Amino acid sequence: MNSVLVESQDPDATWWSTQSWFGASARERVRGLLDAESFEEFIGPEQREMSPHLRLFDLPEQFDDGIIVGRGLLDNTPVLIAAQEGRFMGGAFGEVHAAKLTGLLRAASDIRSMPVLILFDTGGVRLQEANAGELAIAEIMRAVIEARLAGVPVVGLVGGRAGCYGGGSLIAGCCSAVAVSEQGRISVSGPEVIETNRGVEEFDSKDRALVWRTMGGKHRRLIGGAEMFADDTVPSFRDAARRLIKRVPPMNVATLVAEQHRLVKRIERFGACADAVDVWRSLGAAEPQAIPALAYQEFVALAHRLEEVSP
Amino acid sequence: MTLDQILASLFPKGHEVVLDHGLLSGRGDLPGGTTLTVIGVDGRTAVGTDEAIRLSANVLDVVKRDSKDPILVLIDSNSQRMSKRDELLGLSEFLAHLAKCLIIADSVGSRTIGLLYGHTAAGAFIATALATRALVALPGADPVVMDLPSMSRVTKLPLEVLEEKAKSTPVFAPGLENMTQTGAVAAVLDPTISLAIQLEALLVKPVESADTRDRLGKERHGRPKAAEIAARVYGLARGS
Repeated sequence: MNSVLVESQDPDATWWSTQSWFGASARERVRGLLDAESFEEFIGPEQREMSPHLRLFDLPEQFDDGIIVGRGLLDNTPVLIAAQEGRFMGGAFGEVHAAKLTGLLRAASDIRSMPVLILFDTGGVRLQEANAGELAIAEIMRAVIEARLAGVPVVGLVGGRAGCYGGGSLIAGCCSAVAVSEQGRISVSGPEVIETNRGVEEFDSKDRALVWRTMGGKHRRLIGGAEMFADDTVPSFRDAARRLIKRVPPMNVATLVAEQHRLVKRIERFGACADAVDVWRSLGAAEPQAIPALAYQEFVALAHRLEEVSP
Repeated sequence: MTLDQILASLFPKGHEVVLDHGLLSGRGDLPGGTTLTVIGVDGRTAVGTDEAIRLSANVLDVVKRDSKDPILVLIDSNSQRMSKRDELLGLSEFLAHLAKCLIIADSVGSRTIGLLYGHTAAGAFIATALATRALVALPGADPVVMDLPSMSRVTKLPLEVLEEKAKSTPVFAPGLENMTQTGAVAAVLDPTISLAIQLEALLVKPVESADTRDRLGKERHGRPKAAEIAARVYGLARGS
């Protein structure tokens, strides 16, 4: 069959060209990110490998336990891919959910030639399976680092409704590169957790502007916590993934010594800042208070300019 | 056991481990002659950006010296520091960096051993003790992902219900025994005999290159499915 004809017959063929990444499901993201018809899932929902623990809490299970893993093509390059579904249990890491990602990463270490894409959309560890989830985060981090030691790029994409919190943010910190959209939030403690533990004076979780400023994608991009800033569309994340799988920083002592230096400098430069706006001002932004309202292209241009001013 | 008792039992000939603002650093010689580099967190100190960056600096010092000395990570910590400042500075990167340093140190020849002797929780646990090659604990250690009253608030289940469920499943309830069953803790040490001897026995064991914690969790009935699911995905991804 002629592939052009197939596309024209498919009313959904171009649905993703304007589709919001934030609003898409995990399956829609995988479908839009990879080359058409190239995705092959491992342990798909038809196998009904569900959480063995949620029924203890009378909670509904999901046939894929909230994550899709498999293989596909990105611009004709074979890749391994994992996508979390933020709408099931907040994309949290339970035993089965996490083990799928661990197995995928362990395979990547041995295959050596296939980059891994992780589409984060998670609140962190699934509390109903807290011990299994906590340990699984440690196993995944080790597996990411071992894949990188084998020369495999592991790219994190962050822009889902659940953000990338808790253990998810630590895994993202182990990736060879991360792309984040404005809506993507990367943070260890969530806004509500900080407020519950430290009080509303420390962090007002209902102040959405504060949440975006402190944890959102623009701030992460500006301080160097993400390598690329993506627009909230499937094609923009696809473009970021294509670029970032070609960027393979070595995982070795020299890289970590450089990272140590970079993080020490960050505390020196911004450790006394009370708010993200102060950080952005210190970075050299002329109108830091205007940054949250900047459109995608304007922000990308600003981020590049600031990088040149303060490498 | 208290920190002083632990250090005395590990290093009967004395040591150079110092405690500064809740963080441990230094070294000591085991009776058999092995020099251990010690890092750690004491007194339930929270691990924020300032703490994480000092710990990772100590790990990198060992790696840069190329001494291949084993690194002992002593842990009695709080969770990660929950604050606006820490998240503003990118705490996730600092904690990930610390874990990466420990894993790379292990990969270039410095055995890493975690010794949990008190509390630990959440992100601090992952970035320290759980990033070592082998984690051991002392009785009374108290690892927690989230305490039951907080979990009750988040899951909207009454505390009594959670306490009842905690008796039948190790998978969510806090505590050393439950965490050991999942495979996180390789062994619980005996405080009545020399810790030095027990640690030396651990150090002469051959290094397992694979992460076997999921298989341990299955054997101990703490994680029934993780090992099998990971192995199946591994097989499917490799067979093409």
